[in-house]
Amino acid sequence: MNGNAILDVRDLKVSFGVRRAGRKHKVQAVDGVSLRLAEGEVLGIVGESGCGKTTVGRSIVGLTRPDGGTISFKGGDVISARGGGLREMRLNVRMVFQDPYASLNPRRAIGDAVAEAGDINGFFKSRADRRAAIDATLTAVGLDPSFAVRYPYELSGGQRQRVGIARAILPTPSIVIADEPVSALDVSVQAQVLNLMMDLREQLSLSMLFISHDLGVIGRISSRVAVMYMGRIVEQAETRTVLDHPLHPYTQALVAAIPKPDPSKRIQGAIETGEPPSLFRRPSGCAYAPRCPIASDRCVTNVPELRSVGADGRRIACHNV
Amino acid sequence: MLSVRDLTVSLGPEHAPIDIVAGVSFALAKGEILGLVGESGCGKSMTSLAVMGLLPQPGPRVRAGQVMLDGCDVTRLQPWQRVEAGHGRMAMIFQEPMTSLNPVRRIGDQIAEAVRVHEGIAGAAALSRARELLELVRMPDPKMQLSAYPHQLSGGQRQRVMIAIALACRPQVLIADEPTTALDVTIQVQILGLLRELCNRLDMAILFITHDMGVIAQLADRVSVMYAGRIVETASVDALFRRPAHHYTSGLMDCMPSRNPSARRLPTISGQPPAPGRQAAGCVFASRCVAVRDLCRAESPPRAEVSQGHEVLCAFPLNDGEPR
Repeated sequence: MNGNAILDVRDLKVSFGVRRAGRKHKVQAVDGVSLRLAEGEVLGIVGESGCGKTTVGRSIVGLTRPDGGTISFKGGDVISARGGGLREMRLNVRMVFQDPYASLNPRRAIGDAVAEAGDINGFFKSRADRRAAIDATLTAVGLDPSFAVRYPYELSGGQRQRVGIARAILPTPSIVIADEPVSALDVSVQAQVLNLMMDLREQLSLSMLFISHDLGVIGRISSRVAVMYMGRIVEQAETRTVLDHPLHPYTQALVAAIPKPDPSKRIQGAIETGEPPSLFRRPSGCAYAPRCPIASDRCVTNVPELRSVGADGRRIACHNV
Repeated sequence: MLSVRDLTVSLGPEHAPIDIVAGVSFALAKGEILGLVGESGCGKSMTSLAVMGLLPQPGPRVRAGQVMLDGCDVTRLQPWQRVEAGHGRMAMIFQEPMTSLNPVRRIGDQIAEAVRVHEGIAGAAALSRARELLELVRMPDPKMQLSAYPHQLSGGQRQRVMIAIALACRPQVLIADEPTTALDVTIQVQILGLLRELCNRLDMAILFITHDMGVIAQLADRVSVMYAGRIVETASVDALFRRPAHHYTSGLMDCMPSRNPSARRLPTISGQPPAPGRQAAGCVFASRCVAVRDLCRAESPPRAEVSQGHEVLCAFPLNDGEPR
């Protein structure tokens, strides 16, 4: 973790203006997130709907403008990048999206979709060069080169997601931001795509930010994980540590709620942990306090800062642990 | 109580039907939760819609088989006949509660409507029964929520409302089609707990349809695994997870990320399920099976009982007697 940080996000803040019942509201989707991604590392971000994990990913690739904080890629500032610097950054930091049905243009042949980033940036020297690059990339993601002339409607969900991955690795980037890349797939296909992503990471020495709501999937692919709740990181540590010994009360609830595929490990008794508060009515102190079994007075008034606990770089944001 | 025999649901013309559900049989006892598990397109939702009599029209139809509820074949009744004959004692909840609720009517009115249809009471009496139902599904602050609109509720609360509406007819059988798939895990665990509690308290049977083996392990008493329109394996939940007999079931379990977390690569099932109507002779799983033999490609496999109550549709079941 103390190696060279290829990506360094500090105190990232993103808000959206939302009009509701005729009045303008501000929703703080990301509220001070800091992350370091080391070269060659896979960092997982896990959290439930609306926790801001996707917004973090989108801010890093420049699809959403943050209102505060810094994002630096290999030491250069991402948010203020323009022109050549921005182009360079965009080629090096790529994204794989969740829904392989929505993220491909239905009227564009697969080969053209895969080559798009290269085309825009004048990456290919000749038509033959372009053709060869498309074939090689399709082969790398486990598709036959003949798919280049096919269209998205001819492909299954798993094949489309392979195309989504192919689009993100031509030309080869340094970082891939994968936003729920396997959530829309059946388990048998999910396993194939996860294996593919692990292989590609190794072959192309990619660094990866893997965003998912599924701790089981995160546990397979990432070495470290950051757990988000309502726009903030509540716990960050080695993935195995988090899965085996979660410390933050929210992480504990999250790990306990995973339906384990083992009838002898059934969740016993009623689990009434309530629901997250509306993003429009964010609690003033710790956002988890209203659901937390160990909340104290301090939790209602003061937002807990992320602090280090123990060795191995574990950090948690809780007053009472 | 509910027994489904050789249910076949078909698309296409009468002379050349394409079976999307082919000869599905299962039975559901009082107070039991039967899990129906399978991947997209395996026919699990079509099975549930056919049992409910809710197949989209025009489109798929029940070509053969029976759905017996209390000794009466409900596939032969019109929906209104079901209600009149007192066979409306089946209810269903769906994956996305927002699309099942009317966005411009208050929650209380929507529940009261179901109460009115099934119990013939109206006005304040129906509303008070609606409030009871909301309490039954453990809705926080039920009195206030009666006057709420669906958009004011969270996903988990909307699903509770759907369950309340389903319970209005005092069902003997509740069919739940992926009811927690759109929910976050910390909410899912609460809804699963609620369904188990209701099943025990109301002595109701639940047919629970899902693609998620983890959810099945948590909730079901017995499990039927579906593949390409057929039930390929049925067993008690313990037997199924400890000693799966069908190669598809065992493959499905192996490729779950949370099982054997130490292995570097996840085992996978190669290939894809056959398209409906394009199934070759023999076993439907033959093209993807790791233990396929010549016989599997030639003949449809027999339904074998590997142990008491554990049935499998396979000529060479995985049955080495070794627990997993």
